[in-house]
Amino acid sequence: MATVRLKKGLDIHLVGDIDDNAIVAATAPQSVAVVPDDFHGIIPRMEKKEGEHVAAGEPLYHDKNYEAIKVVSPVSGIVKEVRRGERRHIDAISITPDGSNETVALDTKRPATEVLLESGLWVMMRQRPYDIVPIPGEKPRDVFVTAFDSAPLAPDLNLVLGDKRQYIKKGIEVLKGLTDGKVYIGVREGQEIDASGAEVNTFVGPHPAGNTGVQAANVAPVNKGETIWTMDIVTLARIGELFTTGKVSHDTVVAVTGEMVQRPCYISTVMGADLETVLKNQTTNLAQSRIICGNVLTGVKVESNQWLRAPYRHITVIPENNDPDEFMGWASLRPSRFSIYRTFTTWLGGLKKPVSFDSRIKGGERAIVRTGEYDAMLPMDIYAEFLIKAIISGDIDKMEQLGIYEIAPEDFALAEFADTSKLELQHIVREGLDRLRAEMS
Amino acid sequence: MNKIEPTFRPGGTLAKLESVYDGMETFLFTPNTTSRSGVHIHDGNDLKRTMITVVAALIPALLFGMYNIGYQHYLAIGQSHEGWFTMFLYGLLALLPVIVVSYAVGLGIEFISAQIHHKEIQEGFLVTGILIPLIVPINTPLWMTAVATAFAVIFAKEVFGGTGMNIFNVALITRAFLFFAYPSRMSGDEAFVKLDSAFGMGRGTILDGFTGATPLGQVATNVGDSLHMTNILGEPMSAMDAILGFIPGSPGETSMIAILIGAALLLFTGVASWRIMCSVFVGGLAMSALVHALPSATYPASMLDPVTQLCLGGFAFGAVFMATDPVTGARTKIGQYIYGFLIGVFAILIRVYNSGYPEGMMLAILLMNAFAPLIDHCVVSSNIKRRARRAASKE
Repeated sequence: MATVRLKKGLDIHLVGDIDDNAIVAATAPQSVAVVPDDFHGIIPRMEKKEGEHVAAGEPLYHDKNYEAIKVVSPVSGIVKEVRRGERRHIDAISITPDGSNETVALDTKRPATEVLLESGLWVMMRQRPYDIVPIPGEKPRDVFVTAFDSAPLAPDLNLVLGDKRQYIKKGIEVLKGLTDGKVYIGVREGQEIDASGAEVNTFVGPHPAGNTGVQAANVAPVNKGETIWTMDIVTLARIGELFTTGKVSHDTVVAVTGEMVQRPCYISTVMGADLETVLKNQTTNLAQSRIICGNVLTGVKVESNQWLRAPYRHITVIPENNDPDEFMGWASLRPSRFSIYRTFTTWLGGLKKPVSFDSRIKGGERAIVRTGEYDAMLPMDIYAEFLIKAIISGDIDKMEQLGIYEIAPEDFALAEFADTSKLELQHIVREGLDRLRAEMS
Repeated sequence: MNKIEPTFRPGGTLAKLESVYDGMETFLFTPNTTSRSGVHIHDGNDLKRTMITVVAALIPALLFGMYNIGYQHYLAIGQSHEGWFTMFLYGLLALLPVIVVSYAVGLGIEFISAQIHHKEIQEGFLVTGILIPLIVPINTPLWMTAVATAFAVIFAKEVFGGTGMNIFNVALITRAFLFFAYPSRMSGDEAFVKLDSAFGMGRGTILDGFTGATPLGQVATNVGDSLHMTNILGEPMSAMDAILGFIPGSPGETSMIAILIGAALLLFTGVASWRIMCSVFVGGLAMSALVHALPSATYPASMLDPVTQLCLGGFAFGAVFMATDPVTGARTKIGQYIYGFLIGVFAILIRVYNSGYPEGMMLAILLMNAFAPLIDHCVVSSNIKRRARRAASKE
């Protein structure tokens, strides 16, 4: 048990946090969907057709390259639509629930890898390098699990866990069998967790302290040729539950937060539930809101007629644009115009006060000018700016040398927020990782 | 603005001015674009704000520079009893044409270049355009300033890809161009004190015994074992004059006080790197102390004590506003210490031991601009080696 103190990073305090920890149950969803884009690295090949019946936990599709990797339906029902976009890319697979609790049970006496792959829980894990769904057959050096989320307005994962907490031990035991190394769990200061069998490290410091990549980089960084798995504590508990009960639970608790939410709260529902059900009576001004699955830094923008995306335990609703005609914003002296830099007068009002944010970029894209902005937001031993430049210029050797194996797009989210030059850093990192992967295989 | 927008989009009658329109629109109104991918919220700071902060930091030096132009002028024509406002107004009228020329030429080229590449107009020249009048001797003919600005913007900036891509500081290239292309107008008695009238203001005859050489110019031609520095009328000059700025020199560089006010703003807002700024002064002090310990009549500047050395000429201005240019400077933290320190060292080295260049700051910064990527490369290499060692030790 070690304590790691991180100095770099930033906690952004947004308006719309939850002040009451009660969990409200949502009504049964009208529609449930799986979005293949949530599982990066997998090329879907459908197993079910439109109109076919599917049980909860039954595979909907598998990966083109590794057929054993299955993505399953979270509910029992009828496959309503396989929605395709450009070049037959599958945008979403929607299912109309039939209300029954028909769930596939798995024989957990078989090798754990097989069970995980078939259960659909495999795709909830990520590996580094590349930040993709783990490639079967590659034994991870270590497994990193984060027990807290440090992002803006993030849910308390202890509450999301609920009574699934009892399965953590079992989950650790299963994962230990899959690695020669250790299972590391990162907790926040003062967070109690019964995690015998794992190595628990306490992380003190601002966001992104809760990112598994940041935790790994400060405990045992990934080297070239090594693989680690990462996940959050909820996924770990689900794995434990699967190996205890033989069934995967697709129930989930999400935090519904943000300025445009009327009463921010925790809501219990099903993975992939339609947002109309989840957000019922929560938002009034949909036309001027942006709904985000996940947090404001790494989440994905969704429409109100879409679904809760499976990997996220969080929905944030913020204003899309609350000042369309801001006159000469760059010259503003108002303390309410939030900036972490002292070129604006935010510091007069204090940076700890919750602020209101809309989704405007507030500036044009430029070359990288200011120095040290990215480094201040990334608590890793990495020269972030030089790595970004190596990725932009497509220099594979330099990317490797500068540590691209250690990072995921989410680690650069805070730098992207703070960037004066308004570059899409997460997008750049994602492209770099994909390119490297294509180059290496 | 929205009403006239279609005229400027492709197909509109004024499509050739699209970049200009975008430039004006984003200048007046915060861009309306919301994020598509990646983070959903962005910090309020953008490059416009960053650049305008630097311009704000330059204003004390600019205002004092105007006043000092008038002060030196009225001193030279024997009317030093004139009020401060008259002096300031004279300086304003003398400097304004240079500012206008600098912005007109520089922004003109930027606008054209942005339109050719169908890019948004970038704000880098906001700072360069105000730096140029502050570092070019006041008596430089306007056409020379125009030619030099055009040369610098095209060959030091646009050919590298515009704002953020240049290797050398654009304002310094402007000055270096003037310095090497028209050396006779850039030094000596005639360069730094405006003698003729400005828009009819301040007519008068130059007093006998006038000498317009800067203190550093005087030092360079000093004969004998002790230094004699005088003001433009041959009266002895005090160190206080150099700190307050009542000495001949380029408009922005004379007053330590005005420059330090700007420095305080840059450091408080975090726009300039304190690592670079401080290490330039440390490097300059160290080198001046070293040369001062070995004084020699052959190199008269070695007789200046270290603090006076830093107060004279463009050292402070260069350290605060030029060396800290993030685009052309070192970008790693350790690299910034090395980069700044070496600028200080080289500036004094050139001043003292190369009598051809009484002012070494410009060349020192340009030299280190060229070495900044190398310094960063070495610093980053140590990170790369550390990572490689870590990987090797595992196997």
